[in-house]
Amino acid sequence: MISVNEQPLAWRENLSVSELLKICKYSFPLIIVKIDGEIVAKSEYEKFMVPDGANVSVIHLMSGG
Amino acid sequence: MAENTKFDIKSISRSEFETQFYKRNPPGSSGALKTKKVAIAGAGGLGSNVAAALVRAGVYNLIIADFDRIELSNLNRQQFFYEQAGLLKVAALKENLLKINPYINVTALSEKISAENAAAIFGEADLLVEAFDRAEMKAMLIEAWCTAYPQKFIVAASGLAGTGRCGLIKTSVYGKLVICGDQRSEASEANGLIAPRVAMVAAMQANCAVEILLTGGVKI
Repeated sequence: MISVNEQPLAWRENLSVSELLKICKYSFPLIIVKIDGEIVAKSEYEKFMVPDGANVSVIHLMSGG
Repeated sequence: MAENTKFDIKSISRSEFETQFYKRNPPGSSGALKTKKVAIAGAGGLGSNVAAALVRAGVYNLIIADFDRIELSNLNRQQFFYEQAGLLKVAALKENLLKINPYINVTALSEKISAENAAAIFGEADLLVEAFDRAEMKAMLIEAWCTAYPQKFIVAASGLAGTGRCGLIKTSVYGKLVICGDQRSEASEANGLIAPRVAMVAAMQANCAVEILLTGGVKI
């Protein structure tokens, strides 16, 4: 089991960040992904595997300033 | 002081000025605020308001970067004056900040920030405030900073367009990444940017920055 934005989600092996974003339907282009407090760079989404028990935050960034 | 005569800073010593400046601050706050350094990426709606709040709080050392010039359309939310239209934002902001406290140290950089130069430009700061307008710039800066300095805080803003809905504006903490804003109100032609809500989020960012300087963390 993992947690994505405080919602529980079943974990499976070889779950990449890209896969996870697809499963969760996070299709926004401007997001930040943090796993257990560490940022995952966009270039790593394909190869970074989400570990079981991970606490994942997907943050959608909005323009304006 | 005679009527209509401006206060002469040379009429009192620097230490006397500083004693008065910090008089109403929380006790014991001046030490960290005077010695630590805060970087601000962007000197627009968020950055100019964050900078003013930090200088009023008693922060002495700032690095501010922005390549833009002041336009009249900035005046509805940014801490500039109409006479400054056309000037570089960082230069005008520095001038305005020095009118609040003449003893601060502001490094004003007229530079376009990229994933390649962000870490070097802001690296000597104890924490970084993300104050860009465009979401892709926000994402770029957060990724660059968190990768280069995972042990240092970054205080970002997301979701501040429009009016009202004060209760939706919040601070969220993800390790060393702090996000202020409602995380949903995107700026667009239909949903504009206007002083109060932009300044609220900027003040929230400045509040978090001060808390980090004084305590090393952010409590919700």
